[in-house]
Amino acid sequence: MTPEGQELIRARQRSRSIVMALILFALVVLFFGITIAKMSH
Amino acid sequence: MATNASILTSETAASSVPMPAGVPMPADWRDFVALTKPRVMTLVVFTGLCGLLVAPGHLSPILAFTAILCIALGAGAAAALNQWYEVDRDAAMKRTAARPLPAGRMDRASALHFGVGLSFFSVLLMGFATNWFAAAILAVSILFYVFVYTIWLKPRTAQNIVIGGAAGAFPPLIGWAAVTGDVAALPIALFMLIFFWTPPHFWALALFVRMDYANAGIPMLPVVAGERVTRRQILFYTSIMAAAALAPVLMQLTGLIYGLTALIATGIFAVLAFQVAMNRETDPALMVPERRLFKYSVLYLFLIFGAVVVDHWVVRA
Repeated sequence: MTPEGQELIRARQRSRSIVMALILFALVVLFFGITIAKMSH
Repeated sequence: MATNASILTSETAASSVPMPAGVPMPADWRDFVALTKPRVMTLVVFTGLCGLLVAPGHLSPILAFTAILCIALGAGAAAALNQWYEVDRDAAMKRTAARPLPAGRMDRASALHFGVGLSFFSVLLMGFATNWFAAAILAVSILFYVFVYTIWLKPRTAQNIVIGGAAGAFPPLIGWAAVTGDVAALPIALFMLIFFWTPPHFWALALFVRMDYANAGIPMLPVVAGERVTRRQILFYTSIMAAAALAPVLMQLTGLIYGLTALIATGIFAVLAFQVAMNRETDPALMVPERRLFKYSVLYLFLIFGAVVVDHWVVRA
């Protein structure tokens, strides 16, 4: 594989990992919120 | 073959960097977003939100947000599964050829896993956050869209979007059920409105992209029965849709604000549908009334559902 090709794959993996981390963090916040809302219901 | 589209042999759609044969290129996260058809999702989210806002009872803001999120994710999941199944048809249509799967920016397995995963996630989250009745309707809407519409009806009958339109009509029911745990006359009336709105909306589009559908082998009404029949059917379903739009006010489920908005907005819809019915243009590039009706039909649904909410708030105030 060419260095350009490797770099392209790495860049795409990196951006996917960042997006996944943001989604997981958002879910943590969401589930915390749901739990609080359910408990106070 | 689209199945192996993301196995790069020369160049990817996203990049011009040459790749050796057999190297899998991970799909870009933006293509996963595109797979959910975000523009279609806005209408789904809006109608679901309106159903939720007019429902009697109280739902905490975070749970209401979660319910709408689940409706959006469910719609996105159904769209992803639709594109997974229709990759060959989408590749044959100019309108859809640039989507991630037919364009070769994503492999089919990724789309399938994404769609199935998102389906389960949205239904389970809806069940845990709100109630299992709303989750069940959400599950039915996804299954209906994928199995009844996409796999069964769409490639077989010109009535595909008439029956399949039910899939897109579920969101107000789900939004309502998320709050109340049941359904009532108003969300059913809103369901019927979207159900009868779907044929004129899609057939207006199908008239000016008829060749696209013909090339893809999809038996849309203009392809199977011709343009004159389609134009008559648009007018016919518009009249039923008008009755469905006025039903909530006649049944005293809504007030004067909704009634007046529905009367005016549906009147404009009927005039545009009549223009389509009277049009004899056969060149898709010159089908102005059809394009006008298609665009207005989207605005119409926003207007009608917005009026339901405003009417509800004014009555309650």
